[in-house]
Amino acid sequence: MDGIEEKRRIRLVVNGRTVEREVSTRKHLGDFLREDLRLTGTHLACEHGVCGSCTVIADGVPVRSCLMLAVQAEGMVIRTVEGLAEPDGTLHPIQEAFHEKHGLQCGFCTPGMLTTLAAVIEENPSIDEAGIRDAISGNICRCTGYETIVDAALSAAATMRQGA
Amino acid sequence: MKAPPFAYHDPRSVAELKGLLGSLENLRILAGGQSLMPMLNMRYAMPDHVIDINRVDGLSGIEKTADGLRIGAMTRQRAVERDPLTARHAPVFVEALQWVGHVQTRSRGTFGGSLCHLDPSSEQPCVAALYDAVLHVSGPRGDRDVSIHDWVLGYMTPALEPDEALLAVTLKTWDGPHGYGFEEFARRHGDYAIVCAGALLQLDASGKIARAAISLAGVDVMPVRLREAEALLVGRTPDAATLAEAAACAKAIECMSDAQISGDYRRKLAATLTRRALTSAAARAKG
Repeated sequence: MDGIEEKRRIRLVVNGRTVEREVSTRKHLGDFLREDLRLTGTHLACEHGVCGSCTVIADGVPVRSCLMLAVQAEGMVIRTVEGLAEPDGTLHPIQEAFHEKHGLQCGFCTPGMLTTLAAVIEENPSIDEAGIRDAISGNICRCTGYETIVDAALSAAATMRQGA
Repeated sequence: MKAPPFAYHDPRSVAELKGLLGSLENLRILAGGQSLMPMLNMRYAMPDHVIDINRVDGLSGIEKTADGLRIGAMTRQRAVERDPLTARHAPVFVEALQWVGHVQTRSRGTFGGSLCHLDPSSEQPCVAALYDAVLHVSGPRGDRDVSIHDWVLGYMTPALEPDEALLAVTLKTWDGPHGYGFEEFARRHGDYAIVCAGALLQLDASGKIARAAISLAGVDVMPVRLREAEALLVGRTPDAATLAEAAACAKAIECMSDAQISGDYRRKLAATLTRRALTSAAARAKG
């Protein structure tokens, strides 16, 4: 390619807002969200699909944003950690539960944990502890030992069952 | 950790895909991206062209055909896992997929991508070998079918010409009631398997084994069918001693070694996991 930077115009919905941007075809979705849209809540760590930090919800399912090109998100509906709370600031039940149950310490893995758990709990509020542990098996946290994260997820699931 | 520059193509039809395959050089096909994207980010792969097949019409979905279960190459692992046809005709595949990566990677990762990437420890080629899969390949020079047993030419090397793409895979699923089992050992759940084993067993009216298939991955660069053990099982009653005797055949196979895992350890795992997979299969076959 002799260093030529190929670009393409994409249109997608991010956190309820339609955005249209010109983007390098080689740029991954995580970089697009952070650099082009300034949505820096999505964290990038390993950038090869191992750590789970960069998880976003794409068309309703949790995906690793470092393993998708931004151009592949054309026409998709993307939710990032910034899009979990209500527009008036009311936290998503999983965010509220992380706060209550001390589901975070340094906070680096938190956006990936929240997006993963929000997606799986919204899909199945009856999820049990084994299901929660399986869901976050692809998210690495070096602070909490995961116990408080699992507690928070179970609490959020209970809240969402009551709300339903 | 950023992909190198490349020309990006996203064909919408198989005809358009074939046109690109016939005209471009140094290309990589991007399916679910769960292996190619890391390779691009780490610059292990430096293609001039990336052909993204995510928007090619007709490459996703599962259908029951006279030959078995036909699975489009772009069918996501999550979709395979949840399709009622998989549960009905290839339940061992559902079990094997629980070991594949994590929910976030199965949301994007595809069956076809896994069969072209050919990680030696991958569960999906293991399942394909268990079902004597046929791979439907296409390119500008025509279509052809390749048996899974002829598909792996060497380490991570499929029998795919540079101008060909995998479009679909047919698993030759078994008719009638049968049992299945899938076992794996990995350091952590979702990590690459060190060894995994799948087994299918069908019993006749008298309770003797009428048909058996055993497939292992992680032992060699390609999935290994344990033919000797399969032959030994047919006509026998699936009691614990017989299953253990069959599983012991795995102790004789050639296994690769690397810096962390010796071939000897892989052989021991292969025998143990085969015995466990056969035990599950026998219990389920008896219903």
